[in-house]
Amino acid sequence: MKILLHHPPREAALKGPKKVLQVLRELEILPDTVLVIRGEELIAEDEIVNDSDTIEVRPVISGG
Amino acid sequence: MRCRKCSAKAIIRLPRHNTAFCPPCFSEYVTDQVQRAIKGDRMFGHAEGVAVAVSGGKDSLVLWEILSRLGYRTLGLHIDLGIGEYSRISQRKVEVFASARNLPFVVHSLRENHGAGITEIAEGVHRPPCSACGVIKRYNMNVIALQHGMPVLATGHNLDDEASRLLGNVLHWQDDYLDKQSPVLPNSHPKLVRKVKPLYRLAEREIAAWAVLQKIDYIVDECPNSVGSKMFVYKDALNRLEDAAPGTKHQFYFQFLDRQKARAQVSPIEPDLRECVSCGQPSTAEICSYCKLVGTLQREAEPALKVLK
Ligand SMILES: [Zn+2]
Ligand SMILES: [Zn+2]
Repeated sequence: MKILLHHPPREAALKGPKKVLQVLRELEILPDTVLVIRGEELIAEDEIVNDSDTIEVRPVISGG
Repeated sequence: MRCRKCSAKAIIRLPRHNTAFCPPCFSEYVTDQVQRAIKGDRMFGHAEGVAVAVSGGKDSLVLWEILSRLGYRTLGLHIDLGIGEYSRISQRKVEVFASARNLPFVVHSLRENHGAGITEIAEGVHRPPCSACGVIKRYNMNVIALQHGMPVLATGHNLDDEASRLLGNVLHWQDDYLDKQSPVLPNSHPKLVRKVKPLYRLAEREIAAWAVLQKIDYIVDECPNSVGSKMFVYKDALNRLEDAAPGTKHQFYFQFLDRQKARAQVSPIEPDLRECVSCGQPSTAEICSYCKLVGTLQREAEPALKVLK
């Protein structure tokens, strides 16, 4: 799967299928600090991400 | 994962409330929390105009969206900080959002008013950019809101913002800041707006999720000046605690508010305000912090800035 990350914008790749929570744990990202978006849809942490999928991992924490 | 309310497919889990929601039930939860804040804390009524501080980020646009959907009369206030591409994109997000919904807004440009952006201003007055930015925003938001007949100023501060600010204040025992950290600050002077934070019951992630579900286009990038900000350190610490023990953030902030209410009943906080000798705005000092900043800028930085031009 292709993973789009922010701050700074970059890409990562992991083998699928995998649950969202698993993907985040492997990337060492706290689930409470991001949203996972596939296409335009928000996906929950128990959702399966397939090898052919592209997901965006969008941080929700701002400095304000 | 199923919605706890209607058992449709859930799209978000809220560990701190030990629940999960589908899109419609989540949207209802978000709106309910905002209404609960507005009504429960007596923030404002439908007869009052509410100025909304809008940066173009998720919190302020979500706040503006919910307040206008709830039927409040709003006016967006955007400060153009003059930080190159970041400021241009931010303002564009505000313009697109407002024009799609036919909402009124005003823009206050630092370059137009001071001939420089916030980065140069902060350097000119030898202060960290976020501190100079705070002084300028607070002062101008208050003045502009009142100029437009808006007695209330709403900002998009969320639970994470408030909990991390509380952590910072407690770590340094900033007692006087602790007194001011409340979701409602009454106007203690006729020239001051009432300041309210209707999103304080919602976590940052819940607000971002709602923005994505409602297809609100906000700026995801961070202010370049906030890189290395202490707030990120406090938020990171709280998020680690939250991951290990869901509900920690909520308890930390809400229990503080309970204690604060109890203290305020014993000895109400009465700020000692007079009018700034330079601009006439309410201030605790002879010259207000905004006039001090602008004074330093004129004495030291503006000649240099003119040379640069
Ligand atoms: Zn539901
Ligand atoms: Zn002044």
